[in-house]
Amino acid sequence: MSRPVAIDVSHLGKTYDKVRAVEDLSFQVYTGEIFGLLGPNGAGKSTTLRILITLLNPTSGSAKIFGLDSVKDADRVRQTIGYVPQERAIDRFLTGREHLELLADLYHLSQEDAAGRIPQLLKLVELEQQADRPAKTYSGGMKRKLDIACGLLPDPKILFLDEPTLGLDVQSRLRIWDHVRAMRERGITVVMTTNYLDEADQLCDRIAIIDGGRIKALGAPNELKVGLGGDLVSLTVREHDRVEKLAAAIRDLPAIRAVTVTANGLDIRVDSPEKALPAILEAANRLTCQLEFIDYHRPRLDDVFIAHTGRSIKDDHPKAEDA
Amino acid sequence: MKEYWQEIRALTMRWVRRLSREKFSMLFTLVQPMLFWLIFFGNLFQRAADLQVTQSSSYISFLTAGVVVMTVLNNGLAGGVDLLFDKENGFLERLMSTPIHRTSVILSRFIFVTTITSLQVLVILAVAWLFGVQPVTGLAGVATILLIGMMFGVGLTAISMAMAFSVKSHGDFFSVLGFLSLPMIFLSSALVPLAAMPGWMGFLAQFNPMTWAIDAVRPLILQGWAEALPHVGMVIGVMVLFDALCLYGGAKAFRRAIG
Repeated sequence: MSRPVAIDVSHLGKTYDKVRAVEDLSFQVYTGEIFGLLGPNGAGKSTTLRILITLLNPTSGSAKIFGLDSVKDADRVRQTIGYVPQERAIDRFLTGREHLELLADLYHLSQEDAAGRIPQLLKLVELEQQADRPAKTYSGGMKRKLDIACGLLPDPKILFLDEPTLGLDVQSRLRIWDHVRAMRERGITVVMTTNYLDEADQLCDRIAIIDGGRIKALGAPNELKVGLGGDLVSLTVREHDRVEKLAAAIRDLPAIRAVTVTANGLDIRVDSPEKALPAILEAANRLTCQLEFIDYHRPRLDDVFIAHTGRSIKDDHPKAEDA
Repeated sequence: MKEYWQEIRALTMRWVRRLSREKFSMLFTLVQPMLFWLIFFGNLFQRAADLQVTQSSSYISFLTAGVVVMTVLNNGLAGGVDLLFDKENGFLERLMSTPIHRTSVILSRFIFVTTITSLQVLVILAVAWLFGVQPVTGLAGVATILLIGMMFGVGLTAISMAMAFSVKSHGDFFSVLGFLSLPMIFLSSALVPLAAMPGWMGFLAQFNPMTWAIDAVRPLILQGWAEALPHVGMVIGVMVLFDALCLYGGAKAFRRAIG
């Protein structure tokens, strides 16, 4: 199925002072989806984002936004996109409304358009009450909402969010997720960076896992999990001498991918637990092999991350970029 | 063109709003040069300074030109500070992700710094007038002083912005700023005429663009057009060169930072 493409990134590379931040990245973002760039700090996701929003020029390859080149047509790209930088990109001395008024002039809106749009946006992000207070009095969550209102001001076709929930409390985080989903409902394509697995998992339609400046995996979170080779069933067997026999029996069953003998029993990768579990139990019964314990879990996004990068996202390896 | 003007006006208004929100800082910026230098320093050295050496009726009247140019120096060198903070907290990125002309942010800063500095120069001249210093060349002389101040200020602001775009951290910026500002003042004719300086200091001061500016402003206040005009002509030439150099360096730093 081919879907309309909003962003087409082809063999993108960026080198700073001989350090390769990003190398040979190729991916597409479809219109109307929430696309996540997932990776640890220094992976190259911020560099990629900055190239897409025309703030950095790539050293090789190209990025096209609705067919417009991020370098040659930078000015027209800027008119089609909105950008929500990381939290502190706010002028403490200006009020929320003044931020929006400033941006309205920078996007060359007419007085009437600005006067119509600004109150709507303040209402949308629930900042009407605080609109005329200086931003230094805002909480982290309120600043983030103002950021989002600023990003939406140009009525963009694509909105770029850089680590939208970094450092926010759980409630503000959920509110921001709601706002991002609401944007998708309005037909806006959303591209965001994150280093939170749960955020990528629950919010994004598709993600690109980036590590060391390269894409390690690309797809919908569920596809990526399924792609790992199915759910995992672990059996703890009481009589260990029967394990080999049991393993042999299970290997021939339907919906089984792989069987590994472990110290206490078996690890079985299954395609569909609905089919596999009864069959496994039946086989154990038939061989009068008593099971002490059964554990079953679906692959999580961290399993995906570890499988593709060889390490957990929390093992930081600083690499200049992504301050 | 209409859009360009809309951007610049909005960005300049932002600087004005910021200043008006920082009332304490605004007061300090405005009052500091006249309070510290003109009123305290000027009166303090009234008797210690040899009026034969300064060739003036009072030390304050000699010092006025120096304080005017010092104000231009300090405001100009600090002109990039706000952009430095914008760069550090990401606000600059936000601005640059909008479809504005790349020069708008910088131009707004020039307009703002030049306007504030000019107002400050007028306040200094007014305070000096309270202490009996009347520019002998009248309003036309004051206008000429403002012009010289603006020309010097543009180059200094360009240096400051170039530094803001180039430094790795704001600590570096303020170290360089602190290192530049006082020697520039001491190695100029702001406090003492060149002829009365130790030889090596007088020699170095000749190469300080600040000296050229002061040597043109001072006769406009103390002596008259006949004495001032040759210096004014000279300083305009020097400043055109100075500004061209600073703007060239500034543009390079800006392009490297923004791309």
